[in-house]
Amino acid sequence: MTPETLSPVRDNAEVEAALNRRYEAGFVTDIESDSLPPGLSEDIVRQLSALKNEPAWMTDWRLAAYRHWLTMPTPDWAKLKIDPIDYQAVSYYSAPKAGLKSLDEVDPKLLETYEKLGVPLHERARLAGVAVDAVFDSVSVGTTFRKELAEAGVIFCSMSEAIREHGDLVRQYMGSVVPTGDNYFAALNSAVFSDGSFVFIPKGVRCPMELSTYFRINAINTGQFERTLIICEDDAYVSYLEGCTAPMRDENQLHAAVVELVALERAQIKYSTVQNWYPGDENGVGGIYNFVTKRGDCRGNDSKISWTQVETGSAITWKYPSCILRGDRSVGEFYSVALTHHRQQADTGTKMIHIGKQTKSKIVSKGISAGHGQNSYRGLVKVEKGADGARNYTQCDSLLIGKRCGAHTFPYMEVKNPTAIVEHEATTSKISDDQMFYCRSRGIGEEDAVSMIVDGFCKQVFRELPMEFAVEAKKLLEVSLEGAVG
Amino acid sequence: MLKIDNLHARVEGREILKGLSLTVNAGEVHAIMGPNGAGKSTLGHVLSGREGYEVTAGSVLYNGVNLLDLEPEERAAAGVFLAFQYPVEIPGVNNTYFLRAALNAQRKHRGEEELDSMRFLKLVREKLKVMQISDELLHRAVNEGFSGGEKKRNEIFQMAVLEPKLAILDETDSGLDIDALKQVAGGVNALRSPDRSFIVVTHYQRLLDYIEPDFVHVLAGGRIVESGDKSLAVKLEEQGYAWLADIHPDLARAELAGAPA
Repeated sequence: MTPETLSPVRDNAEVEAALNRRYEAGFVTDIESDSLPPGLSEDIVRQLSALKNEPAWMTDWRLAAYRHWLTMPTPDWAKLKIDPIDYQAVSYYSAPKAGLKSLDEVDPKLLETYEKLGVPLHERARLAGVAVDAVFDSVSVGTTFRKELAEAGVIFCSMSEAIREHGDLVRQYMGSVVPTGDNYFAALNSAVFSDGSFVFIPKGVRCPMELSTYFRINAINTGQFERTLIICEDDAYVSYLEGCTAPMRDENQLHAAVVELVALERAQIKYSTVQNWYPGDENGVGGIYNFVTKRGDCRGNDSKISWTQVETGSAITWKYPSCILRGDRSVGEFYSVALTHHRQQADTGTKMIHIGKQTKSKIVSKGISAGHGQNSYRGLVKVEKGADGARNYTQCDSLLIGKRCGAHTFPYMEVKNPTAIVEHEATTSKISDDQMFYCRSRGIGEEDAVSMIVDGFCKQVFRELPMEFAVEAKKLLEVSLEGAVG
Repeated sequence: MLKIDNLHARVEGREILKGLSLTVNAGEVHAIMGPNGAGKSTLGHVLSGREGYEVTAGSVLYNGVNLLDLEPEERAAAGVFLAFQYPVEIPGVNNTYFLRAALNAQRKHRGEEELDSMRFLKLVREKLKVMQISDELLHRAVNEGFSGGEKKRNEIFQMAVLEPKLAILDETDSGLDIDALKQVAGGVNALRSPDRSFIVVTHYQRLLDYIEPDFVHVLAGGRIVESGDKSLAVKLEEQGYAWLADIHPDLARAELAGAPA
């Protein structure tokens, strides 16, 4: 790894510019931290929208979502044990302290944490060449690489900014993949989403770099409600990386994100996630509740959407990145590694909805359970009537470490077209004594042996990740599995 | 180098080794033969420290150290190598990567400098040449989808790279056709040196045509009951094990006939 490929000066200027824009918008008030008090009501939704200086249509959209949410029951179909969540105890907005004019003024502790996490705010080699929109609590603190992207015609900014400056695009696409009333958590997010990322790749443009957002949850009792929207016009391409970690804390933290992807004719979107939020301690105290709705719409013919995720964090994961294969010959992919250790619970998988003709989908899911971890794969493959020649291949593997964990598989298939071919393969295995002894007899210690075997198990998914991410993912699994054997 | 004295060991509550003694000096090749269920594989597993093998009596001194005190990976670092009868598959883990991790773990343990990928690759290429193994083997996952012969050759290749001081070959010849057998034997012979010892566990004299042993031992009823030179192996091949009952009346005939494994 070589250090410094980017001048920090230019970098600072970029960030400063981004921060100044916020000032211009009158966004940052002169109080130290403008958090909303805990609680949720129409009034809070309005205040939130006002605080963010949003246009009326956005406020109305939020209110409609909020009213719908009130009518919905909490979903209970997942194989998860969740204590009731008090939505009135959550503060729905918290911004970092105001007054930052450059990176130099960012809390050194925050920078330190970013450094530990490898977030390349002052471009370190690891993710060099990657634009970063870092979210600290609920508001972006810096955006880099904007100039290069702008030259290519790419829009990459915070959702707040997009609502103010690219209102037409946001209005056209937001909620078109995940409608406000889609599910309980999506409705909640639609009402109170705080910020997120917006990406627009115009016709024929191949985004010149991988776009990356690091999220981090910080303030106590602050739910995080990210909203991300990525649009690829005809023949456009983008690879988007999402990565997150959270510091240690005891309260359960609520997180309900929505990610919408739209791929038009021949467009391709590759969305990669490494998720490492605080999973709670060995006894299941603390940890993040992660309820995510991620969906991609292959709206155009010959379009492709690919989800790759490595989930090692959170106390509870409820997440099903999905593809609607609407365009003919469109392709959906889902590659997933989900690890649960200690008392973590994950109910995750995907939905592939085949609507267009000759649509193809591929699902590779790798679940790893250790300690008392409970890991469920839940996947739906649906082939609609008109989807002639649709093809799905699903591979679903579970690896168990120890005797107290669990792996579960819930595949659903609904096939309404007789020409469709749907395949499902599933395996469950344990790290065997034979494998352990083999490694050890060659000189490899127990922990290293486990991470090596796990790494091999995940290989199919890791190789779908961009290189730097694959390295990080591997490291994450190692850290997450510490103490899993012996 | 190795001094096993009156070794008793149990597996799942059943005593398998019952007072085994064996001394191996540096540079020697010892062949161990014997009927099924005599404890041949158990010996290999006990020496390399497999869990579930309980030593109830006796001692194993390896270069002056109590080998039984060491964890399997420590034994490996100290130069003990076991070529498995059934090499284990590790899906998704690249063979080269595995071997480099193993070598560097051992080197680190010994306080030696770890090899970077360039130097490691150079070493691997040299060994491939000596072993006459195609480098296609390097790019595959550890033993995954390997034929029986490939697995055994891979064991010998690992041994060549790890350069142990004491190599235990557990029925490395089983399941090999004559060409593969010659190749494996050739690999072993290339590694013979005055400071490296071998314990070759086999059912068949055939292997010993290619790997010439200094000593041949018969393991029956959990101990070494007969030792000799290469001619002992020939005699066993011709006459089987039954004649041993005449000189060792305490051995049950069933033990010589080969108890169910």
